[in-house]
Amino acid sequence: MAEVMAEFLQLAFSGLTVGAVYALVALGFTLIYNASDVINFAQGDFVMIGGMGTVFLTAAGIALPLAALIAIIGTVIVGLLLHRFAIQPARGASPVALIMITIGASIFIKGVAQVVFDKQFHSLPAFSGDTPIAIGGATILPQSLWVVGGALVLVVALYMFLEHTLLGKAVLATAANRLAARLVGINVTIVLALAFGVSAAIGAVAGVLVTPITLTRYDLGTLFALKGFAAAMVGGMGNPMGAVVGGLLIGLMEAFGAGYISSTYKDAVAFIAILVVLFFMPRGLFGGRSVERV
Amino acid sequence: MRPSAAVRGTLRALALAATLTSPAFAADPIKIGSVVSATGPAAFLGDPEARTLKLYVDALNKKGGLLGRPVELVLYDDGGDANKARTFATRLIEDDKVVAMAGGTSTGSTMAMIPVFEEAKVPFVSFAGGIEIVEPVRAFVFKTPHTDKTACQKIFEDMKARGFTKIGMISGTDGFGKSMRGQCLKVVGDYGITILADESYGAADSDTTPQLNKIKNTPGIQAVLNPGFGQGPAIVTRNYAQLGITVPLYQSHGVASKSFITLAGPAAEGVRLPAPALLVADKLAAGDRQKPVVAAYKDSYEAATAQPISTFGGYAFDGIQLVVQAIEKAKSADPQKIRDALEATKDYVGVTGIYTMSPTDHLGLGTESFRMLQIKNGDWVLETPGQ
Repeated sequence: MAEVMAEFLQLAFSGLTVGAVYALVALGFTLIYNASDVINFAQGDFVMIGGMGTVFLTAAGIALPLAALIAIIGTVIVGLLLHRFAIQPARGASPVALIMITIGASIFIKGVAQVVFDKQFHSLPAFSGDTPIAIGGATILPQSLWVVGGALVLVVALYMFLEHTLLGKAVLATAANRLAARLVGINVTIVLALAFGVSAAIGAVAGVLVTPITLTRYDLGTLFALKGFAAAMVGGMGNPMGAVVGGLLIGLMEAFGAGYISSTYKDAVAFIAILVVLFFMPRGLFGGRSVERV
Repeated sequence: MRPSAAVRGTLRALALAATLTSPAFAADPIKIGSVVSATGPAAFLGDPEARTLKLYVDALNKKGGLLGRPVELVLYDDGGDANKARTFATRLIEDDKVVAMAGGTSTGSTMAMIPVFEEAKVPFVSFAGGIEIVEPVRAFVFKTPHTDKTACQKIFEDMKARGFTKIGMISGTDGFGKSMRGQCLKVVGDYGITILADESYGAADSDTTPQLNKIKNTPGIQAVLNPGFGQGPAIVTRNYAQLGITVPLYQSHGVASKSFITLAGPAAEGVRLPAPALLVADKLAAGDRQKPVVAAYKDSYEAATAQPISTFGGYAFDGIQLVVQAIEKAKSADPQKIRDALEATKDYVGVTGIYTMSPTDHLGLGTESFRMLQIKNGDWVLETPGQ
């Protein structure tokens, strides 16, 4: 019985760690989608830039916290540039065209990253050492606690920002109705730029936190973008709460699927879950808002 | 930034014009073709290969070329795309009219190019690992890297010598992991070893603790083997340490590079793996036949590129060297004669191993070309069997 419990805990730890990362990526999707109706497939690349930037800055002799900060600021600048030079000039284009633009931007970022950084895998030292913590027969790495804790802090911070600051409310207002928002004096362009900047920051923080566990390379973003997108869809595109729940759900399902069923079908488990959710709840678990605009 | 194909083409034409007008080389150049994945996902393999080829051909020309003629390397980058590789292969045959080909970074791109060279009857020495390249034997296709099968045999030999008969296996689902798993399953019976747990993980997975936990909870397992490539094995090794699994962990030759030790960190301590002599160049015994070849390649490569050598560059070195030796032996740049000389390669001491080819073996390496290594204090240590 103790062994069964230990195995369950081990799988749960694995699922929560991976799920927290998916949740952060999904959160980035959600924020940009809310403000602009764009599904930003370069979201995963923000994670990569955050991680790779920190790796190279620490390698250059800069202390980890400062390196992480510079990398996050750098990623925010990339996010803003993405908005200014790729999304803004195409405003008024259909969402599908905008999505294609973000996919193009993602490929572009990967290409530049190969040149600016390199093509190798890199890692960061864990923030609080590599000694696993034993809980009930299972083990968890201290870095996993950083990831889960960091995700928690970011989610709360984002919630406070959206619900309790004027700027945050402006984002929500823009999401609800762009024309009306403009009529009441909200600078929609700035709000959209802000959404891209904040999403980039969330991605970069996720990148810094997970690199000691997942390692990083210029093309890491693709996987995170796909899983994060799936998480956002399961949770209901546009709902921050849904993004978090969706991310954790997919992480846990993958871990339990691999542990109890078969690792061969690990990826299939998550995608079957998406199909089931979308079949019975087409707007995702938490999606209430109509996505069609007439 | 890498120059575009057009720029490189122009440069090549200029270089060719220069060699043609220079009095040192009166004769036409001997053209050797190559297609490698110098960019794209397999760039970490293809990049050292491309550098090695250029370095070697430059050195060869400085020494006066081959058969009194300069050697021209026609090098294309397929970016890891098998379709592109095939297009370039056709271009090598039809436009560049090469007499031999040394290239093909991945098994996928090699398999895509094979029909082109077989049809044109031009010898093709591949740098890719898959056993299907030389099994069944094709008249014009050779390869330099060890196969997965040789690696499996080497690992199982070591396990048998240590008395391990029940093992667990966790394989990557990428091409390398899949192919090696298949080969290992084929030969494992010969060593009296049973696989009690057979798990897998996706090539881009960032966590493998669920699978390893299953292996940990399987009673009777004495060792674990991880056929894999890229970052996967590093993550497996870290998770292995996290779960506190105490039985020995065997990695494959797919991780035989310093970056694996860096990525896996302290968790890599005690990991065993088969690797070519190149990896432990400075640790080889004084009487080792490969020692001078390996040392010479290591010195020239590291001096020219300021990068550490990798086994992949070594495959390219042996590939082009085999072609050059075959041309010398055949005293001709006729593709058919080069092929015959390649097949007759005997006791050629390369950086990867000592090659002896035959009409039924177009690789010519046995398990003795692998050295069993263990990672200790963040470095490779040569193991003697049964120790």
